[in-house]
Amino acid sequence: MAAEKDEQLDRSIFRYVLRHSVRDTMTICCLVALAQLFYYVTLDLPKNIMNQGIQGKGIKFPVDVGGLGWFSFDQLGYLFWLCALFLCAILVNGGLKQYVNSLKGKLGERLLRRLRFQLVARILRFPVPHFRKTSAGELIPMVTSEVEQIGGFMGDAFVQPLMQAGMLLTIAIFLFVQNPMMGMAAISLFPIQAYIVPKLQKRVKTLGKERVKAVRKISERIGETVGGIQEVRTLGTSTWERADYTERLGLVYRIRFDIYQRKSLVKFINNTLNQGAPLLFYGIGGYLVIHGSLSLGALVAALSAHKDMTAPWKELLDYYQQAQDSQQKYEQVIDQFQPENMLPAALHEPANDAAPRLNGPIAATSLGVQEDAQTKLLENVTFKIAQGEHVAVVGPPGGGREALAMTLARLYLPTSGSLRVGENDFATLSEADLGARVGYVGPNAYIFSASIRDNLAYGLRQRVLSPTEDAQRQAMLAEAERAGNLPYDVEAQWVDYTQAGAADAADFDRVAAEMLTRVDLAEDIFQMGLRGRIDPRKRKTVADAILAARAAFRQRLSGSQPDPALKGLVETFDPDRYNDNATLGENLLFGTPLDASFEGDALATQPDFLAVLRQQGLEIELVTMGRKLAETMVELFAGLPAGHEFFDRFSFIAADDLPAYQAIVARTAPKPDGSLPTIDEEDRARLVSLPLKLVDARHRLGLIDKAFKERALAARKALAANLPGAARAKIAFFDPDSYNAAASIQDNILFGRVAYGQAKAQTTVGQTIREVLDALGLRERVFEIGLDFQAGVAGARLSGPQRQKLAIARALVKRPDILVFNDAIAALDRAAQARVLDQVIEAARGTTLVWSTQDAASAPRFARAMVFSDGRLVQDGPVDDLKAREGMLKEMLAAE
Amino acid sequence: MSLKEETDALRKIPLFANLDPAKLKLLAFMSQRLTFEPGHAVFSQGDPGDAAYIVLDGEAVISIDSPKGRIDLAHMGRNEILGEIAILCDVPRTAHVTASADRPLVCLKIEKNDFMGLINEFPSMAVEIMRELARRIVNTNQQLRQAVAAKG
Repeated sequence: MAAEKDEQLDRSIFRYVLRHSVRDTMTICCLVALAQLFYYVTLDLPKNIMNQGIQGKGIKFPVDVGGLGWFSFDQLGYLFWLCALFLCAILVNGGLKQYVNSLKGKLGERLLRRLRFQLVARILRFPVPHFRKTSAGELIPMVTSEVEQIGGFMGDAFVQPLMQAGMLLTIAIFLFVQNPMMGMAAISLFPIQAYIVPKLQKRVKTLGKERVKAVRKISERIGETVGGIQEVRTLGTSTWERADYTERLGLVYRIRFDIYQRKSLVKFINNTLNQGAPLLFYGIGGYLVIHGSLSLGALVAALSAHKDMTAPWKELLDYYQQAQDSQQKYEQVIDQFQPENMLPAALHEPANDAAPRLNGPIAATSLGVQEDAQTKLLENVTFKIAQGEHVAVVGPPGGGREALAMTLARLYLPTSGSLRVGENDFATLSEADLGARVGYVGPNAYIFSASIRDNLAYGLRQRVLSPTEDAQRQAMLAEAERAGNLPYDVEAQWVDYTQAGAADAADFDRVAAEMLTRVDLAEDIFQMGLRGRIDPRKRKTVADAILAARAAFRQRLSGSQPDPALKGLVETFDPDRYNDNATLGENLLFGTPLDASFEGDALATQPDFLAVLRQQGLEIELVTMGRKLAETMVELFAGLPAGHEFFDRFSFIAADDLPAYQAIVARTAPKPDGSLPTIDEEDRARLVSLPLKLVDARHRLGLIDKAFKERALAARKALAANLPGAARAKIAFFDPDSYNAAASIQDNILFGRVAYGQAKAQTTVGQTIREVLDALGLRERVFEIGLDFQAGVAGARLSGPQRQKLAIARALVKRPDILVFNDAIAALDRAAQARVLDQVIEAARGTTLVWSTQDAASAPRFARAMVFSDGRLVQDGPVDDLKAREGMLKEMLAAE
Repeated sequence: MSLKEETDALRKIPLFANLDPAKLKLLAFMSQRLTFEPGHAVFSQGDPGDAAYIVLDGEAVISIDSPKGRIDLAHMGRNEILGEIAILCDVPRTAHVTASADRPLVCLKIEKNDFMGLINEFPSMAVEIMRELARRIVNTNQQLRQAVAAKG
């Protein structure tokens, strides 16, 4: 593939540009040369306009232009004719320039795209140990911001000097043609500049290098601070951290200012010399005009030509500075992208055909793996694992078993000896083929920021399966190829469902369920489905099915034969009853907010809501309740330090707001007669926000009595009747007959709240919901909604064990020929470890399984064990033999 | 049923008797009031101990497994505490606890993690609890001495 043909990145940015754009550059250069002709005309014509057109010198009218007698002009006509010619020349010259600029822009953007692609492609090929030395914080700015400027320059690299120098030369020639003395005068100062500027520039160049290094160091430090934020906070070192940033920013400041000063000095010298040049013209040119050896027109033309000269000259100097800058930035980026022992580019060749099966035994012969010159991870290891054999690999940490597992997944490349599977050499298998046929799960498997389903299918995406037919996308791919990117459509079909044994995308959910059950994750995913939300407009059949489940659940709860186990466990939403297990806010709204203005504390300031409360005379009661609640919260939580988890879990008031509420309670103390003083709007809102969160059955504060409930119900009805339309649209009202888009699947079935204070209520209700779903055949639907659950960045919305289980399912689902596990279940609890190991062994029947584990006690689950210590294979054989014989495995088992 | 009633119940437990009333109220607020239907299990022998229960209403039956089946050991009523040791250290439940067959059992459930979190914030609570436990050791030692003396 063209993208990776060039193994080494060129050291010189110019060579890089030339290598990838020689034809475009040539085209542009020709156009630039052509533009100079017209430019010359624009310089020359004004002289004729002055001398012949206006002054009528050296010409007789009427003039016969072209000599064919077709265009004959008097003086005025001739002047306009010349002006028209001038206009044409300007237009053609300008048009050419514009065209060249657009070509050059395209060239630059393509080169930038190519360079970025190459850098990213190289990151994908970095040797795994290299990532311990290189942080994402260093790599990201290089690929994103640092090359941005380089890209801009690459378009200019050849065109800009050619264009500007061409203009300079054209002007110089024009001046020499007018008068050699004038020509000399015009260029006389250039050599001085050409001498001084590079001298000054040299220091700027070294400073620029230092600046890049310093800034890179800062981005690395920011990455470190973000990663270690908990340590910084708990160790109280933020002052020191800030001092450290102060120092680093100071360094950048000094370097940048130094660069700025030097650059401005260069500018000053240039400007002064440029402005000095006209002096020579006035002097020499004036002398010549007075003596009659130069026409005034020529002098004016020369002056304006020289004025034109300053622009390209300035551009050239800028270009020079930029070239220096970009070359050096380019070098600094490139250097970071050629670590030793990169995965050979050949192994990254996109695969077009289905991966060949890795049949035959795994055979290692004198296998050695070194991380660097000093660190030997594996030494002279020889073994054979038959196809379909299951082997436990044990040994002390760092003894080589981890390295072996990683080498089998080719996260390490063998440095000596060989590792083969059947006919295939591990060193030459393409990454796509290896990825399709070897399943590997390490101790900290990574989960991508995508749905559970997409994460499971991630391992089935080695090659593109469907052709791109859309003409627009085809054009985009063609452009990608011109920029050395991959001409493969990421939107096309990539997931190879057949590899997972599924017929198509819909059938894949069945396979996913099977695998997730194996790894003990199906229940969790089902729960995620229950907590998931769907858009009833887009998935009407599912929403209708859930409504059917709601009816069935209601039947179990309060039908003709109610389930005694459910008695008192669920309080259904009833328009005519106060729900003790819901918040007061929910009771009033009798719905779920669809908009932030009706959510949480914001509700207490929602004008439409407040208006109804006021009209119902409920506001003052809520203020009174809020005061009591605030008093209680201050009493209960005052002694706890801010940020204590109890605030989040139990308090109505956040730790930060506690002092404010303390003050509110003090300034709103009732008057001697028991009535409340006037309370300003802000305090009122803060107080009202508290009881809205009150759940009577849960908090047991005895603040909500029967009379109050009646009034709350009246307010509920008034809200339903009186809220303006715009506000109503922001609430999904509890309606027994319609699906609530703002609520989860479970809440939609429940259509109420699980009662507080009933032992095992959650479990019993959960069980009943499950039975209802099973009876209606809806379990799969809910599971599918669970598969839509977004795992979050790096799988952050899953727990550690869940991530690990998902990764194991991801490896199993592609049905590989070789399964390699490297401490894959260490994060699971004991019971889950045993279950998952059993399931993996079961799933791997007929598949070669290499189980590297720190847990020697699980070795007896395998027929054969390999024991690694100090990078060597010290024991290898049937577990029963090794258990009986003196040696490392026996010792390790005894130590358990 | 109110927070005050529960706070009073807590105060009647020897382990908590000497604690600051404000802290007891917080403990009550953080704890869950739970109703067990007649005959339902509160916890079973061998379960990991994660909470203590204070009986607010009804009766709890303590029983253990034996080769001959389950043997009832004791009945516990209002203001008595079940599985208190579980909120102080990690031990599996040594007995079964169920609600008596005739009426529902209402308990206040004190989670170990919450209780520990509270003690971590207020070390004076720890001192009071330590005193109570020390007093029990003294009692146990005394009983042991008497028993040994009676035997000898």
